[in-house]
Amino acid sequence: MHTKTIVELYKGLKNKDFSCVELTQYYLSRINQSKLNAFITVTDELALVQAQVADDKIALGNASILTGIPYAHKDIFCTKGVKTSAGSKMLDTFIAPYDATVSQKLNQMNLVMLGKTNMDEFAMGSSNENSFYNAVKNPWNYLKIPGGSSGGSAASVAGGLSCFATGTDTGGSIRQPASLCGITGLKPTYGRISRYGIIAYASSFDQAGIMTKTSQDAAIVLNIMAGFDEKDSTSAEQKVPDYTTNLNNSLQGLIIGLPKEFFLSGLDNEVANNIMFAVKEFESMGAIVKEVSLPNSVYAIPTYYIIASCECSSNLSRLDGVRYGYRSKESKNLEDLYLSSRSEGFGEEVKRRIMIGTYALSTGYYDAYYLKAQKVRRLISNDFKKVFEKVDVIMGPVSPTTAFDLGSVKDPVSMYLADIYTLSVNLAGLPGMSIPVGFAQDLPVGLQLIGNYWSESKLLNIAHQFQLQTDWHLRIPQEC
Amino acid sequence: MSLSENQVSQIAHLACLSLNEAQLKDNTQNLNTITSLFEQLANIEIDGVEPMLHPLHMFQRLREDVVSEKEQLALFQSIAPKVRNGYYLVPTVIK
Repeated sequence: MHTKTIVELYKGLKNKDFSCVELTQYYLSRINQSKLNAFITVTDELALVQAQVADDKIALGNASILTGIPYAHKDIFCTKGVKTSAGSKMLDTFIAPYDATVSQKLNQMNLVMLGKTNMDEFAMGSSNENSFYNAVKNPWNYLKIPGGSSGGSAASVAGGLSCFATGTDTGGSIRQPASLCGITGLKPTYGRISRYGIIAYASSFDQAGIMTKTSQDAAIVLNIMAGFDEKDSTSAEQKVPDYTTNLNNSLQGLIIGLPKEFFLSGLDNEVANNIMFAVKEFESMGAIVKEVSLPNSVYAIPTYYIIASCECSSNLSRLDGVRYGYRSKESKNLEDLYLSSRSEGFGEEVKRRIMIGTYALSTGYYDAYYLKAQKVRRLISNDFKKVFEKVDVIMGPVSPTTAFDLGSVKDPVSMYLADIYTLSVNLAGLPGMSIPVGFAQDLPVGLQLIGNYWSESKLLNIAHQFQLQTDWHLRIPQEC
Repeated sequence: MSLSENQVSQIAHLACLSLNEAQLKDNTQNLNTITSLFEQLANIEIDGVEPMLHPLHMFQRLREDVVSEKEQLALFQSIAPKVRNGYYLVPTVIK
């Protein structure tokens, strides 16, 4: 059952091949036996209550395609009455008193939440090694990273511990782990899904999204998660289409742009070969390929790490040991309480980014770093604008390599390079996807699809057509 | 430009973080590597470029100045570690 998609589980539940309670018990048992460390909290009791409610709805004939589907929720979404830690010691005891809009929407559809998935602390990381709850393992090879920061969500889907999972993508945190774990990951346009109730890291980048087995499943879940939310001041007032309606459109005449900057040195040869093989597959479906240029994308890493760190230093200033979260027991006075609580509660990468942000925003450096980075961000965004006048979609690698060994990357700058192909999409606020297109060194390789603003429907159509012709998305890890 | 341990210590203090000697050394090294990465932006021509503060160029929405949240004291206190008579009990910090 753990290999089935949402569409297949829906048919099974409808035909009474199995009940939702049986399905939930099956997944919970897989989670309990798993060695992936993909979950921070498993919500057994709640899941079984939700499964019973779903079974009752199915019996009454009131079910939708998502009723009773078991999913995993990244531990960055607030869930009422359930621990929401964001992977941090700082929030280890935090039980959210309210639901994020995304959680609320999924609850309204009577899905079954199996638990909260492991993640890099406050979504800061590219390997999922920065969690207070220890690293997650890649289901394809337990010695490798799953990617970050939504690594727990990606491993849970790839390892058959949930049918789909939620994620957030600030600099590539859905696409990169999806690519390294061999699943489908969708980061919609900034503002497409509400950010209300998502623990903030970098507010002008953070975007919720979906990690699934197939693009068809992603379309089904996006139908529920997308939409304007008055509780979120960054939510866009854009009409939500039915994302499943265009999945079967022909790709005849589709113009694909391949940015030359995405194929320079640093890209693993085998990864590049897989990407080009996938592009040829699109050509065989009638697509036309053009070389394009995103000249300023080479500055994406410094630009992103300046702005995101500035936003993080501001967002995380609220965690001071007073109002909620971890409080140091050894303080001598109020200032010492702040210093000790934050120093003991935050992990090394989070502290590093807070310090970078504090420095970049300080008098004397604001213009040279923060303001300059915001201007370069505009140049990067303008590059995309120009390219989308000529092409329908941009394609390229998600990650320069396949999943690397746990613990093998020690210095922060080398780790930041893992996001080289994903960051520019977040700087511009565009939608992006990763779909499995092959293997290199026995590990999955993902193809990145980048669309113009609000073109999720087009991206899902392109991904679905590829998945109808290929079976990379159906491969499952041997031990799972 | 290279950051000294003194400067990193000051940055940490401004960020409400304290670093021991080993952490200060590590962070000075790492922050210097990271800021050299930032130097890549130094020579980009940005004259006349408008900063991009928000990906969608949206205006901040305003709402009516009316109470929209209902009172939820009981709910919030139900997850607090210690409460008494409707108040939150917290450890003494200042004597």
